Amino acid sequence: MIPVAFDYKRAGSAEEAIALLAEYGDEAKLLAGGHSLLPLMKLRLATPSVLVDVGRLNDLSYITDAGDHLAIGALTRHRDVETSELLAAQSPLLAHTAGNVGDNQVRHRGTIGGSVAHADPASDLPATLLALGATFVAKGPGGERTIAATDFFQGFLESALAADELLTEIRVPKTPGAGWGYQKFNRRAQDWAIVGCSVIRNGTTGVALVNMGSTPLRATAVEQAIAQGASAKDAAELAADGTEPPSDLNASPDYRRHLAKVLVRRALEAAGV
Amino acid sequence: MKVTVEVNGTTYSDDVEPRLLLVHYIRENCGLTGTNVGCDTSSCGACTIHLNGESVKSCTVLAAQADGQKVTTIEGLANGDELHPMQQAFHENHALQCGYCTPGMIMASVSLLDEIPNPTEAQVREGLEGNLCRCTGYHNIVKAVLAAAEGKVGAQ
Repeated sequence: MIPVAFDYKRAGSAEEAIALLAEYGDEAKLLAGGHSLLPLMKLRLATPSVLVDVGRLNDLSYITDAGDHLAIGALTRHRDVETSELLAAQSPLLAHTAGNVGDNQVRHRGTIGGSVAHADPASDLPATLLALGATFVAKGPGGERTIAATDFFQGFLESALAADELLTEIRVPKTPGAGWGYQKFNRRAQDWAIVGCSVIRNGTTGVALVNMGSTPLRATAVEQAIAQGASAKDAAELAADGTEPPSDLNASPDYRRHLAKVLVRRALEAAGV
Repeated sequence: MKVTVEVNGTTYSDDVEPRLLLVHYIRENCGLTGTNVGCDTSSCGACTIHLNGESVKSCTVLAAQADGQKVTTIEGLANGDELHPMQQAFHENHALQCGYCTPGMIMASVSLLDEIPNPTEAQVREGLEGNLCRCTGYHNIVKAVLAAAEGKVGAQ
């Protein structure tokens, strides 16, 4: 399978990437690891006429302790998130989730920023970042702004990023010692989740769902029930409330609602609820 | 566009279309057909090569992304007539049936041991989750990777 022809521009800096985006507008797509975009282009479901390759912006690949939070460069690869000692200590849920993305080969190429910007509801990391209450930093011609994860995912493969903005950093709160759980149900180990669930328990409990609608979702009914003292089992019964799960070859909406309840219960129990 | 890629120690330089996939560059421009195209959707791992020493699926990388980088394919593992220990382990453990997945399995396995030198059986099975064997011959593949990790090759 061969993508439709396109022009290839390699950005030497974040500023150059933003200038190229401003020049080509909607015609352009950013290429990081390429493991979400290139498969879509090979299927000709995406046909950008310009690819702006940001894959070599090594200054955007880092995981640092920024005092009151952890800062992760958008170009940090899944493998580096998965194996980070800092994250293992300060955000084990995030490191574990990164280890659930695709397979080793995919994790060697794919980036956390690419996964977030792609805004696929079936991806692992967006749901975990939603549960964690992450903040995203976007850079555009007018400067930098921060976007809360809850405001970021706006529709199927649609994010709050403007056409000329580059996601540069992901910020997550430190959660050492917090309870957490990540549950992913699929038929082949390397696949996207048919349904998944991410839970963080750090005083309050955050619960987010993978592939239960057109965006990654907070399971707010579950969160509220737990805040009011419900057991994991009772709260999990509310997992599918307000969701409109998709229908595809893998599962019907009803089956996904069932899976959501089972996986949310397991993730809550793993998190110590 | 012009790309220059070091493949198995040899430098190749070609004018290519930006949409050319690395696997096609390796097979058609470099003439190295040991790397197979299987599913062509980054699922099966038959096209696994090393890009700067790490396993990647070359059907999901543009040749342009490999410009200036180092690639190793299955042809680059052996030292002359001497098989790489992982190739030897696959040979000794009969870790193949039809052989189609084998180049990708071996490249993924070498990368896996670079990252986890002494894996458990479970770590081998998880580490090869990105490589599908359509003959379902996983048992001997896992055996071979464990043998290579334990240095138990060339004894027979």
